Amino acid sequence: MSSDRQNIDRTPTEKADVCIVGAGPAGGIVAAKLAKRGYDVVVLDAGPRFDFEDRDERMERHLRPGNRKPVWDVGGPRDAYTSSGEKYYPLNASRVKGIGGSTLHWQGMVMRLHEQDFSLHSETEMGDDWPIDYADLRPYYADAEEELGVAGASDNPFAPPREQPHPMPAFPPSYSDSLFADACKELGITTHSVPNARNSEPYDGDSPCVGYGTCKPVCPSGAKYDATRHVEEAEEHGARVLDRVPVQRLEHDAAGERVTGAVYATPEGEEYTQEAREFVVAAGGVETPRLLLLSKSEQYPDGLANSSGLVGRYFMDHLFAGMGGVLPDQRTRQKHVGFNTTETHQFYDRDSAERTAIKMEFLNYAGPEPADVALEADSFGDDLLDEIRSAYGHHVAVGALVEQLPQKENRIRLDPSTTDAHGNPVPDVVWSLDDRTRRTIERANEIQRRILTELGAEIQWHVGPENTGPAFHHMGTTRMGTNPEESVVNPQLRTHDLRNLSIAGSAPFVTCGAMNPTLTIAALSSKTADHVAERL
Amino acid sequence: MELSRRDVLAALSAAGVGAAAGCSVLPRRDSRPVGEHEVATLVAVAEVVYPSDVETVEGFVRDYSVERVRGDDDYAEGVSVAVADLDDYATDWYDGEYVDLTRTQREDLLDVMGVDTADPDPNGLAMERVRYYLVNELLFAFYTTPTGAGLAGLENPPGHPGGTQSYQRGPRR
Repeated sequence: MSSDRQNIDRTPTEKADVCIVGAGPAGGIVAAKLAKRGYDVVVLDAGPRFDFEDRDERMERHLRPGNRKPVWDVGGPRDAYTSSGEKYYPLNASRVKGIGGSTLHWQGMVMRLHEQDFSLHSETEMGDDWPIDYADLRPYYADAEEELGVAGASDNPFAPPREQPHPMPAFPPSYSDSLFADACKELGITTHSVPNARNSEPYDGDSPCVGYGTCKPVCPSGAKYDATRHVEEAEEHGARVLDRVPVQRLEHDAAGERVTGAVYATPEGEEYTQEAREFVVAAGGVETPRLLLLSKSEQYPDGLANSSGLVGRYFMDHLFAGMGGVLPDQRTRQKHVGFNTTETHQFYDRDSAERTAIKMEFLNYAGPEPADVALEADSFGDDLLDEIRSAYGHHVAVGALVEQLPQKENRIRLDPSTTDAHGNPVPDVVWSLDDRTRRTIERANEIQRRILTELGAEIQWHVGPENTGPAFHHMGTTRMGTNPEESVVNPQLRTHDLRNLSIAGSAPFVTCGAMNPTLTIAALSSKTADHVAERL
Repeated sequence: MELSRRDVLAALSAAGVGAAAGCSVLPRRDSRPVGEHEVATLVAVAEVVYPSDVETVEGFVRDYSVERVRGDDDYAEGVSVAVADLDDYATDWYDGEYVDLTRTQREDLLDVMGVDTADPDPNGLAMERVRYYLVNELLFAFYTTPTGAGLAGLENPPGHPGGTQSYQRGPRR
């Protein structure tokens, strides 16, 4: 089912230029970029190398109701965690450890942050400003869209300026979208296409989407981008990628200025140290701060790169707000595909500090599918078919991502009372919602109710402040800044404390907007690679 | 409404089984957990739980089941036990194996056993095992096909690579 191959050489590489921790999108992109420039790159990942041929079986795990086997084998002692905050955080519900990381599971929505996101405090007095602006990241966004293979259109009047069309045409709107478009037009709400990191046509040797409809959590065709593409590209250019080697800690030199090695464990129970000239931690918004905190030393008793005391602080996620119901007299044609094709970003930018950003999504997968109904039903034959016809096909739903501002008390810390498979303290997610976030969720619900009412829907459910949950976008735990007392990494994504240690991915986010983060992760990763290369 | 070879492949795809090899012959009874009797019983159950105007049920169930049990010994063993459970009830109530009952008797027996309201549980009671290994497996196979889900208006159900056109089309009038 995954890389259980024996006799894999997991001993360290001699004279590596770069050691990257994590083989998800951030680590994969940094590895590919640097390997293509001729550097000796080693990538260490805690999880396995999954076989592409097994994706059908993983899809079945997802499709078959009652199956309790995790689609991507997450869970158990390796992935133990605690959640001690005001709001429970189900950390393992949506992350993947292994080559490709959580892009194996993700939805594949890829939007740029808005210009306002980078100067939020200056414009609204909410949150903080980034030390870089949209113009700094703009060329990296364009590069990221090429790297991820984005299908999109330039029909979004709310999007930040761009310089060229997306690499592939957008997926056309769904039939369901057409129903929403009419209702939104009546309400003065402008809808537009969705940039998707899935192929609307053959792209770079990969298949176009063939409509399996199971994008999240698994794409059997490979049409949805996942980071195995970049890992493979890195390997083609000489990078060495080791799976099932969880990094236990980073070690530094006597001066405390440079990381000297990444100590990792092998499946055989051995421990090795990978030395390199530069180190990049790209293990996501939870495991990245955890590794730094686990790497405490006499010189850094509070953890590596943590002289600010902010490693793990300002953990952010997007909140889901949603509402749905049925159109009793209309068929809505849901569940043909597993991705969305229409959104509105009309409620994204903030006019004041009254609310945070809202990104509204019109779902193409509302309600149950026939097999769901059948397996739960207490009728058979023709009666069952009648029940299915009644239950499927009339649903509509509007979802939204809502921005959460950085709050110092939301954090990832170590829980010494619980240890993982290697005896290391597990991550403790301390998470809560503030009143402004709750108000913004309510505002999203108000908009959703107006749209569904205009549509003529019987509203059956809603997700509001009282029952909201995370979108599983882990961000902000090694924030970027120019002041070493108020941030962990500098605008070049290098830690203030150690001259050869960089952080790639979502951990350096200062604020998180309400856009799905992976395009920004990819853009920052390309930027990280450039700065690492400058130092090599 | 006729089930086709494409439906078999779609059902197997959703069930996580690779491309069907085209073999629909199983050993006779007792040589393996799932033999001709077990497949015949699955067909008999399918004729009750599938909509009445579906044709070629036997070919669909046979092709699907042969591939489904191949290489999944746990599933094959579970089917074998569940068929024995069903036959025990059939013998007690009607003095015959399930495959020998009339359609009405087969429907009634699922009710009598409580299969219609049972929770599917591979390790549970007899009716829960029958629900899990026989009824739900067959329903899952059928309603993940373009034909089965198509009866409810979803010709490209999740798990079936039916392209990216159908989601754009409106309902048939």
